[in-house]
Amino acid sequence: MATVDLIDVRKRFGATEVIKGVNLTVADGEFIVIVGPSGCGKSTLLRMVAGLETVSDGEVRIGDRRVNDLEPMDRDISMVFQNYALYPHMSVRQNIGYGLKIAKMPKDQIAAKVAEAAALLQLTDYLDRRPRDLSGGQRQRVAMGRAIVREPSVFLFDEPLSNLDAKLRVQMRLEIKELQAKLGITALYVTHDQVEAMTMADRMVVMHAGVAEQIGTPLEVYESPATVFVAQFIGSPSMNILEATRTAGGAQLGDMMLPGPGGSGSVQLGIRPEHLSRDEAGPLQMHVNLAEPLGANTLLHGWLAGTQLPFTASVPGVWRMTGGTEELQLSVDPEHLHFFDKTTGRRL
Amino acid sequence: MTFKGWILPLLLIAPQVLISAVFFFYPAGQAIWQSLFIPDPFGLSMQWVGLGNFEYLLGNKYYLASFWTTAVFSTLVTVTSMVPALFLAVIADRLIKGAGTYRTLLIWPYAVAPAVAGVLWLFMFNTRVGIVSWYLGLLGYDWNHVLDGTQAMGLVVVASSWGRISYNFLFFYAALQSVPKSVIEAAAIDGARFWRRFWTIVLPLLSPTTFFLLVVNIIYAFFETFGVIHTITGGGPQQATTILVYKVYADGFVGQDLGSSAAQSVILLVVVGLLTVLQFKFVEKRVHY
Repeated sequence: MATVDLIDVRKRFGATEVIKGVNLTVADGEFIVIVGPSGCGKSTLLRMVAGLETVSDGEVRIGDRRVNDLEPMDRDISMVFQNYALYPHMSVRQNIGYGLKIAKMPKDQIAAKVAEAAALLQLTDYLDRRPRDLSGGQRQRVAMGRAIVREPSVFLFDEPLSNLDAKLRVQMRLEIKELQAKLGITALYVTHDQVEAMTMADRMVVMHAGVAEQIGTPLEVYESPATVFVAQFIGSPSMNILEATRTAGGAQLGDMMLPGPGGSGSVQLGIRPEHLSRDEAGPLQMHVNLAEPLGANTLLHGWLAGTQLPFTASVPGVWRMTGGTEELQLSVDPEHLHFFDKTTGRRL
Repeated sequence: MTFKGWILPLLLIAPQVLISAVFFFYPAGQAIWQSLFIPDPFGLSMQWVGLGNFEYLLGNKYYLASFWTTAVFSTLVTVTSMVPALFLAVIADRLIKGAGTYRTLLIWPYAVAPAVAGVLWLFMFNTRVGIVSWYLGLLGYDWNHVLDGTQAMGLVVVASSWGRISYNFLFFYAALQSVPKSVIEAAAIDGARFWRRFWTIVLPLLSPTTFFLLVVNIIYAFFETFGVIHTITGGGPQQATTILVYKVYADGFVGQDLGSSAAQSVILLVVVGLLTVLQFKFVEKRVHY
């Protein structure tokens, strides 16, 4: 159990800076999800906490210790890898007990700990098998077992679910979250999947090009995204971003006038597809050329009248296209309008 | 995939069968046949002796000594060519800068023919003009592999292993590269430091390669070191470096005892066959693929 602090952490490979100063304070027992597209530096950041990558600048603290120069084994952490990284020549029992054996724990205690972890993860029947004889989900559990058995201060997860099929991913997502809550161990979890991030995180860090664009609870991030990138990355389908001019009464979009909070200047206007509703008297006119029925709701793709920009709306129920393009009037609650600076992309 | 009929499959395996027949089955058959005779010194007549050649060999103390020499020699060659190769590969695997140059330099000795390598080492250790023996003399060590059997053995072992290190290095290096990085990292996080990781994770994962090299190097030591021994010691002094394959040559082509020589090659064939079977039966069980 420990806090984790990242203080202006930077990573350079040669002349290129891939982590451009990240600050993060993780409370004891908190579940932090670091989410971002591939190449954003999220795995590098995690590996720096693990000690598998050196820290070019800044400070990483675990508990009250500065760990920048400590070897991974001295940081009191454990890590679950994307490809599980199980020891292929060892049985499940040996895999889970390897760290304890190295810590020179007496054999009977190791056996007890391994049995306990195996019971918790429903692996008891598989203890004598080799990793290659296990399914993906079971391998994932062995990796988890190896991580929890040493009772570290911090868990690190590097995209642990991305090699599993969709159904198993949902199940393991719950299991990991429950296990972490039960053990109360601080966790840093890296993923590119925004649904995983939304469902698992106490707080999430949205990363983009080496910068933590926003740190907050999932709902904070969803409701008031700090930048255009965050707005579009979090939420599915992603937010519509349009060029607009703010006026005293709202926003001017082409020749359409959207009522909302007043302002001035040209901005980027964000509207989530799910916040649009059908309204015969609505201010937005949309040309629909494709409908994706999802059952409970339907995604409509097309463009707004007067603009050529793609536009998506999510409407409840089933929508049947009658052919060609269709016209639709939509309205949006003024509190669901997001304004971003035209050049910096930051929330206004 | 299955073939219809017999002609195409036969045609496809014919080249391999032909090569095996010409270069292995025919000579091996001849060796077995000749091992049952004693030819006269002029090769004009042969006298049937049945298993007499074998009986004589197995009671001959020089032949039995050659067995022991071969065992010592092949063990030493296998160890001296594999251990340094593994060590160098581990170091090369950790290199970040200059790994390519280092690798290329390490592979060079493999391109040197065994006989040339033998001459190279012979010059360095020549008892009169050799640079190494001269320096050893300065240190007060009297190097004379022409007279000292142990020194002679040491020299042929080093000369035979030297080029072989490159070959083994290549295999170990490739195997090390294919050990998943995340497995090593997981072990590091689990608390294992470098050498602990090496013994408990890396070495077991290298075992298929190690096993393969073991088999190949023993066979190398048995047969292909002929050139080195021939150029450096010629089997001497006092047969101290006469390994089985060298004795086949020495007795057959120098001593003109073709019957005995043939019998020896038959025995050699059986020994190496048995050794390989034993390796696959016992050592392979400890290999994790």
